[in-house]
Amino acid sequence: MTDPSTPCVTVNGDQVSLTGVATHTTTLDWLRNRGLTGAKEGCAEGECGACSVLVARPGTTSPTEWTSVNACLVPVAALDGQEVVTSEGLGTSTDLHPVQQELAVRGGSQCGYCTPGFVCSLAAEYYRPNREPAPADADGAVCDHEHGPNGVDLHALSGNLCRCTGYRPIRDAAYALGTPEADDAFAARQQKPPPEARPTRIAVDGAEFVRPQTLSEALGLLAERPEAQVVAGSTDWGVEVNIRGRRAPLVVAIDRLPELRELSFRTGHVEIGAALTLTEIERKLNGRVPLLAELFPQFASRLIRNSATIGGNIGTASPIGDAPPALLALDAEVVLASPRGERVVPLADYFTGYRETVRAADELIRSVRLPLPLAPLVGFHKIAKRRFDDISSVAVGYALEIADGTVVRARIGLGGVAATPLRAVATEDALVGRPWTEESVRRAASVLTTEGTPMDDHRASASYRSAMLGQSLLRLFHAHTHREEVPA
Amino acid sequence: MSALSQRPDNPVVGIPLPHESATLHVTGEALYTDDLVGRLTGALHAWPVQAPHTHALVTSLRPEKAYEVPGVVRVLTAEDVPGINDAGVKHDEPLFPTEVMFHGHAVCWVLGETLEAARLGAAAVEVDYEPLPSLVTVQEAIAAESFQGTPRSLSRGDAGAALKDAAHVFEGEFEFAGQEHFYLETHVSLALVDEGGQVLVHSSTQHPSETQEIVGHVLGVPSHEVTVQCLRMGGAFGGKEMQPHGYAAIAALGARLTGRPVRLRLNRTQDITLSGKRHGFHSTWRAGFDDDGHIVALEATLTADGGWSLDLSEPVLARALCHIDNAYWVPNIRVDGRVARTNKTSQTAFRGFGGPQGMLVMEDLLGRCAPLLGIDPIELRRRNFYQQGQTTPYGQEVRQADRLAACWDQVAASGEVARRRAEIADFNRRHPHTKRGLAMTPVKFGISFNLTAFNQAGALVHVYKDGSVLINHGGTEMGQGLHTKMLQVAATALGLPLSRVRLAPTRTDKVPNTSATAASSGADLNGAAIKNACEQIRERLVQVGGGMLGISPHDVRIEDGVVRGLSPASGEVGWNELVNTAYHQRVQLWAAGFYRTEGLHWDPTVMQGEPFKYFANGVAASEVEVDGFTGAYTLRRVDIVHDVGDSLSPLIDIGQIEGGFVQGAGWLTLEDLRWDTSDGPHRGRLATQAASTYKLPSFSEMPEDFRVKLLEKAHEEGAVYGSKAVGEPPLMLAFSVREALREAAAAFGPSGTSVDLASPATPEAVYWALDKARTPQAPEPSDTGAEPVMAGER
Repeated sequence: MTDPSTPCVTVNGDQVSLTGVATHTTTLDWLRNRGLTGAKEGCAEGECGACSVLVARPGTTSPTEWTSVNACLVPVAALDGQEVVTSEGLGTSTDLHPVQQELAVRGGSQCGYCTPGFVCSLAAEYYRPNREPAPADADGAVCDHEHGPNGVDLHALSGNLCRCTGYRPIRDAAYALGTPEADDAFAARQQKPPPEARPTRIAVDGAEFVRPQTLSEALGLLAERPEAQVVAGSTDWGVEVNIRGRRAPLVVAIDRLPELRELSFRTGHVEIGAALTLTEIERKLNGRVPLLAELFPQFASRLIRNSATIGGNIGTASPIGDAPPALLALDAEVVLASPRGERVVPLADYFTGYRETVRAADELIRSVRLPLPLAPLVGFHKIAKRRFDDISSVAVGYALEIADGTVVRARIGLGGVAATPLRAVATEDALVGRPWTEESVRRAASVLTTEGTPMDDHRASASYRSAMLGQSLLRLFHAHTHREEVPA
Repeated sequence: MSALSQRPDNPVVGIPLPHESATLHVTGEALYTDDLVGRLTGALHAWPVQAPHTHALVTSLRPEKAYEVPGVVRVLTAEDVPGINDAGVKHDEPLFPTEVMFHGHAVCWVLGETLEAARLGAAAVEVDYEPLPSLVTVQEAIAAESFQGTPRSLSRGDAGAALKDAAHVFEGEFEFAGQEHFYLETHVSLALVDEGGQVLVHSSTQHPSETQEIVGHVLGVPSHEVTVQCLRMGGAFGGKEMQPHGYAAIAALGARLTGRPVRLRLNRTQDITLSGKRHGFHSTWRAGFDDDGHIVALEATLTADGGWSLDLSEPVLARALCHIDNAYWVPNIRVDGRVARTNKTSQTAFRGFGGPQGMLVMEDLLGRCAPLLGIDPIELRRRNFYQQGQTTPYGQEVRQADRLAACWDQVAASGEVARRRAEIADFNRRHPHTKRGLAMTPVKFGISFNLTAFNQAGALVHVYKDGSVLINHGGTEMGQGLHTKMLQVAATALGLPLSRVRLAPTRTDKVPNTSATAASSGADLNGAAIKNACEQIRERLVQVGGGMLGISPHDVRIEDGVVRGLSPASGEVGWNELVNTAYHQRVQLWAAGFYRTEGLHWDPTVMQGEPFKYFANGVAASEVEVDGFTGAYTLRRVDIVHDVGDSLSPLIDIGQIEGGFVQGAGWLTLEDLRWDTSDGPHRGRLATQAASTYKLPSFSEMPEDFRVKLLEKAHEEGAVYGSKAVGEPPLMLAFSVREALREAAAAFGPSGTSVDLASPATPEAVYWALDKARTPQAPEPSDTGAEPVMAGER
């Protein structure tokens, strides 16, 4: 046993010291340098999943949940004190794990390079505590082309790319999986608490990685060192490190601060902790905020949602983040904490320019507040080239209230059409007070096509982006007022 | 039945087996080139200095500042090259260029103790450039008459005259995009020096022999001083046929100069910005039909976007010309082909090798013309199929025209195409905002390298004294299952259970002068060479076995490791005993095998001959659903019947068909290479240089219902154990997806609407197509360049 204060990670059951490891080192590079070459680098930006590994994280419905993450994005320092399992740890060629067995015999690997990543993503789904097989006599109730009869959600693999197989045999393998045996060690591990988030302070070659224990400690550090880089899931920062070669003198990890990890329904609002991951919010809300329930499956991939936090998605202030359009439609507010106290800013006032916000260097997003009651008519429309795991060309969030056939309240959030996420105020005005009819919706849709200042890029043309704004409102109207089918 | 194609009783070929490395893949134990780095001590890491210009002269290169970065060991420049400063086979690819020919061109390489040191060192190298005007699009190259290589023409009959007389003539222009290979494993080379400065290069290469030659040229040493090994690749798809050579040469050069192992592994951005891709093409065409919809004539000009150097552009173009007919009889034809030189990456081989590009022109024009002819596209395609005995425009008989018809009819029947199309018509009537389409397309793809000399292969088979067998062959494993098939071939040829045969990594010091593992020919060529080697050994062993059993050697049979006579009375001996006896009788227990494909000839100057051993056939029916609000679509169902001959390994072959199909669908519908074509500061830069911007098919693009069948009773006379090649042909089955999207888009408009669809048919492209179809048309403006226009109605 190493000295408990020495930074270390438990990998496939072995405790390994982090002493001397540069703070920007990704978990992937660290594992590979240790000879664990199962995890591969395919893209180094969390898009391909070839580096997927399992981390023992706090669960929603069990004490611990084996959570798949992109090892290329997470600095290994952020895993100090944590438990990691790689494809090598799940099984060996003479003693295959059930997930490995199914993939191997069904032709789930061709070149095999993406395969260890698929194994880890699929293992996380195999062990998902609330995965429930469809009843034997179910008439395809939960079994569609994205859900298997064994309860496997194909979205668990949405962040893994395979260039060889065309995916069919991987899907077949996923849908053939049973449930873990009674003596399965990984299933048993989920019933015990996850590793604590312990304080970390690593300094190598003048660069530091710090994990404070409390919010006040974190805020004090930021006040003292305004140049600090704040990271939570590191899904954005990891890309900066890998692709743009950015290095930070000080990285401060806030993803396990207890003050940032609460979700509660209160009088007048829902409070969502900024450091909760998208997956955690999805599981904790369990459909209670329908607009967000529509958003989650469209937000990046499961691998990214397992790491990315809602505070991070707001904090990076990307104009093409997926959460802001939905949150703008929900009239969300941002709670900012600093040593001076807290302030609450409407999200609509939060973004001030391209990747610029009202947040001061010593402030942290503590939580996001969604006012209650929620609007009854909602929709989240994301336009992208690929259905799963793509960055939006345009995203639109709707929250409308209609009384006696008239729109009485409208909130529309837009992404991808300006330097910041923004509200479609002119369109909201064009809807409110008017009848919810095809004619007035068409008029409002033509206003919507003029919102923002969309541009041409490799994702979409400006004209397509504008057209999609208007089309999305028509689609919303159609979905809520018509049956798609008309008599023959 | 030929000796090559005949199978013994109870063969190991034909059994559905998982990939031979499957258990190593799933556990992560399978080793790829870059996984070896940690097993060496003292390896240096390489990083390129990439030019921020699309076309420029390098006026000065000063590496001094790089040496100030801690950990930088060496900056490699042109002065370091002892041999020839060139990485290609056409001598137009300087390894260290003085003229930057595309955005991101590597002008020199930095070696560091760590990757971080090499990266920082590369950033410190000072380079001065003199920018030059650039040609980025193929249109710009055509306007500037910037071409490279030899233009080629393919013709038969008198297309001009036939077009004059045709009842219906259409013309059009069609430009379509290339494709990034996006093998999950990027290019990697790891070079070591041993005694006397000899070099061993581990390389992710489909063409170890050519990598060896180029490394030799660059180092100025003969081939016998260079060994190239490829353990396996994490995908290749043609992208590692020509492109690895330069990276291997850099690593080898670094190893020679420093005496230390050098690892060169491109990260994804470097790989996409440095390495070649599938050629995009520009085409113009005129097609004539008779009143029954029979094609009577085709004139076309194909311009391949070759990028900055020639690479494999000429043979890619030749294959495009040879496949413009796809499955259709075109009595009068003239196709002119040329290669544009642009300031882009040097475009290269990619699964199909020009075949898909040629065929896409034909399938696109049929899809556009069918509504104008008033003929159902399924009927139009079927009506124009080759008939038995007809020949291709390059003079080769289409010997199995009936097989194509058989695939077609089987897909139509098992896919219930007629019933489903009636349902789709009904669905489309009832759904104003959602439309479905179902299209069928055929594939006829010629198998063999067009260049006859490449159609040879070697193998080396060892039987050890203990009866175990080790096989080597010249082919490389990139995930296509070649090694699995080769194990099955060897076990079949020797009469052994699979467990007795092991396969060693591909190395140039075991089997020399190999061809690239390409053109779908890996199993045909190497399988026949292995079979040849095994049969030599077997022939010697049956002599020994005859003596042991006291029977004529002609009557000795070896099956599942047991040696018997024709009659049970003659008894039996085990394989190990036979081998041990043979050893003590001083019988040679190993053999080198060789194979050359018979019956091929090709005259590239007139584009005539018999370039292909046979054709692979296949048919697909795809059904899509398109959302009228956004152009987004789903692939609802795909039915495929494909001809792989008598399959060597059915699970592997089905995997190749499915994977090829989805990769083809990616090229045609999703994958969107975008270069900056503006006059701004980033002109010529690839805008989609990462997985976040260049989207591959993911689970969401897989057909919801995917039914693949192999054509039964499909014995191929001329190939090993009656099988056919499978790697490339299925990619082109994906034309059915594009054509189904065209039909769904047309369903938003009045009956008879002809839809012009961009390629790739992204949701945006489909949206504009359907929006145009459903919008009442103003009179056509005059400049309808991309439209098929009725040029002469008679």
